[in-house]
This record gives sequence, C-alpha cells and structure tokens, in this order.
Amino acid sequence: MASGLRGALALAARDIRAELRSRTALTSALVFAALVLVVFNFARDPTRLGVADLAPSALWITFAFGAMTTLNRAFAIEKEHGALDLLRLAPMPREAIYTGKLLANLAFVGVVEAVALPLFVLFFNRPVWHILGPLLLVTALATIGFVAVGTLLSAMAVRTRFAELMLPLLLLPFMLPPVIGAVQVTARLFADRPLSELWGWLRLLAVYDVVFVTISVLIFPAVADE
Amino acid sequence: MNADRARGLAIAHRGQAIAALGLVLLAGVYVLAQGFTPMEVSQGLAQKIFYLHVPAAWTSLLVFSIVGITSALYLWLRDERLDLFAASSAEVGVVFSIIMLTTGPLWAKPIWGAWWQWDARLTLTLFLFFLFVGYLSLRAAVPDAGERARYSAVVAILGFLLVPFVHLSVYLFRTIHPMPVVLKPSAPSLPGSMLRTLLIAFAVDLVLYVGFVTARYGLGLIAHARAAAQEDRADA
Repeated sequence: MASGLRGALALAARDIRAELRSRTALTSALVFAALVLVVFNFARDPTRLGVADLAPSALWITFAFGAMTTLNRAFAIEKEHGALDLLRLAPMPREAIYTGKLLANLAFVGVVEAVALPLFVLFFNRPVWHILGPLLLVTALATIGFVAVGTLLSAMAVRTRFAELMLPLLLLPFMLPPVIGAVQVTARLFADRPLSELWGWLRLLAVYDVVFVTISVLIFPAVADE
Repeated sequence: MNADRARGLAIAHRGQAIAALGLVLLAGVYVLAQGFTPMEVSQGLAQKIFYLHVPAAWTSLLVFSIVGITSALYLWLRDERLDLFAASSAEVGVVFSIIMLTTGPLWAKPIWGAWWQWDARLTLTLFLFFLFVGYLSLRAAVPDAGERARYSAVVAILGFLLVPFVHLSVYLFRTIHPMPVVLKPSAPSLPGSMLRTLLIAFAVDLVLYVGFVTARYGLGLIAHARAAAQEDRADA
C-alpha cells in the first residue's frame, strides 16, 4: 500500500516535471480554454441574451472542454516513447499507475481551471469573491469525477485508431451528470441562493466521485494488462 | 476450422429462423393493437404507438443490463464467448433503442406538441443510445481482439454504473414524461386489455432479440473461424 502510494506520487511528479519542461500541452489547453470563453461571448444574440445569463454554462463548457484536451494528452506521452510497457515492469501495483496518472491529470486540469476562472470573471463581468469557497468546492467535486473517468478512458482511447475522436465520444456521456450538477450549483451561487438549495446536487457530485474513482482504480488493471 | 465455421453457420441459421418467427408475431401484435385493443379516450389513435415504443424501451434497457453484466463476467472469466455475446447484444440493443427514439417523437408531436422535449427519461434513453454507439465505435477502433474485448467490457461496466447518475441528474433537472403505468410500486393503472397487448408485444420483442442475437453470435463465430484460418495460412 505504502509502496503503491509512493509509486503513484513518483509517477505524478514525473508527469508534472515533464510537462513543466515542455509546457506544450498545458499552454495549448490554456489558450484553448480562453478561446472557448471568447467564442461563448459571440455565440449569442447580444440584444436578447445578456452575457450573465450564459455565465454558468460558459464556465462549465470551458472547464469540460479544457479538461478534454488535457486528458487527450495524458497517455499519449506514454505511448509515443513506449513508456507504458516500461511502466508495466515497474515494481508497483497497476492501481498505482492509474492513481499517479489521475493525480497528474487533476493537477493539469486544476491549472487550466485556475487560469480560466479569472478570465471568465474578466470576460463575463461576474465577480466570484463572495462565493469563492462554495465555487471551488463544486469545481473540485465535479472535476474529480470526470477526470477520474477520463483518465481511465484515455488509457484505452490512446491505443485505438482516431484516439483524439474516441476520447470525447466515450467521455462526454460521463461528463453529463457532473456538468449538470455543477451548472445548477454555479447558477444558484450567482443568484445568491441559500446553500441549503445546493446540498442535494453537491451530494450527487460527491457520490459520483466515490463511485467512479473506486471503479476506475479497481478496473484499471484490466486495461493495463497485456 | 471448418467445424467451427459449420457450427457458426448452424447457430446463425437458427437465429434467423427465430427472428423470422418474431417478425411474424410482430405483425400479429399490430393486428392485436389495432383491432382487438380498445381506443384510448384522450389520445386516440396516437396511443397505438405505445405498443411498439414501450416494449422497445424495456427491451433496450434489458439489453443494456445484459451487456453490462456479461462484460463484468467477461473480465472475471475471460471467456471469449461472453465478449462475443455482449457485442452481439449491443448491436441488437442499438436497433431497439433506435426504434424507441424514433417512435417516441412520432407520438410526442401530436400529444406534447413537440417532437422532442428534454424530459428525464427521454434524455436517459438518448444516453443509453450514445453509450451503445460509443461501445460499438470503440470495438471498431481497437485492432487487437484481446484488447478490444477488455476495453469494451470496461466501457460497458462504466456505462452500466453511469445510468443511475444520468437518470437522477436529468430527473432533478426537470421531467414531463408520462408517469409509469405498469412498472410502478402500486398495481398497474393500465386497463387489462391494454396491458395484455403491451405484455404480448414485449414478449415478441424478446423473441426478436433472441433471434437477432443468436444470428449475430453465429456470424461472429464464423468471423472468428475465418480470422483463425487466415492466421494459420499466414504462419504456414
């Protein structure tokens, strides 16, 4: 167990270090997220729909697509250099490989979200200081859920033909419950609704995280084995 | 090798015979629904599609569960036949979900006034369809047979777990679908004659499912035999 955790952390640290050196994936994901936010502003009739009405959806579509582009890269680096085969030989349980990749992906998606959020505040003129705590909570809950499934699916998608197309095709249905929940909570936070109204959605998001992190850890060996 | 091929062919023929029987019975269901089942008072003729739509919906839900359970069994037992059975079922499941998704809007236009509504169960079944399609696309995109079986099993199991979450979240979102009239905690509120036609239609759908899956399974065995023969030839 301890060796597994150490292995997972070492793997996550390696991924982050590699990304910090090249910065290609993260930079593209950040620019992509900024572009999605800009497109949202123009994908509406400004005389009929105020930019504020679109704010929660714009925020979450940006987060979801930003995560998708990041996840597409997650296992590509392992494949390009045959690193996955070497990783299989490493003296650590398969579950630790998954956990390490999950931690690294959460870090990358977290960075994309941390940059996209201030841009969102700027573009959509929606200050978030007064609701920052609950907003970060719902962001963490929703992100953990779809990144957990996305990490598992990207390990498979990368071995298929049309990998960049396969991941969104498989992952988008799994993004639906977290994104619905997150948009509902975010819209209520912006409308200054009482926290008691959010409780049901937050619970649903938390249960989703527990179920899909658990099943992904348990089932990953079936994906990684030869 | 030829023995495997002959066995596959025999199974495929049996499946085709069952499917043909199912199609004849389906014609009987139409006669029963049109001629021998009372007209619904408020919806009139539009309600007749109920006997096609609801059994197709039940069947695709059932098939979806079968794919999920056989996939879990495959990961446990690693028996190729379970994988082939799950894949055959998923293909037939797509057909039933397409029937459900096309008959639904046909009914909804006169009754709800719109072809499509973002209603809870409608959205759920649309996602069942997307999951089936994702499962089959993944199968088509993985060249190696062993990997294909494991990957698609993983996706089927994840999809099986996703369904309750989609249901709950779209239900909380909002719903306008007619409430269940048969599968609900209290006794069915459907008149006996209509219930009879519905259940007969469901039974006929199950016959069709068994027929199509058997035929597809047999064809899958033939494809396996051919692939194995090609490998032998390549080795020789």
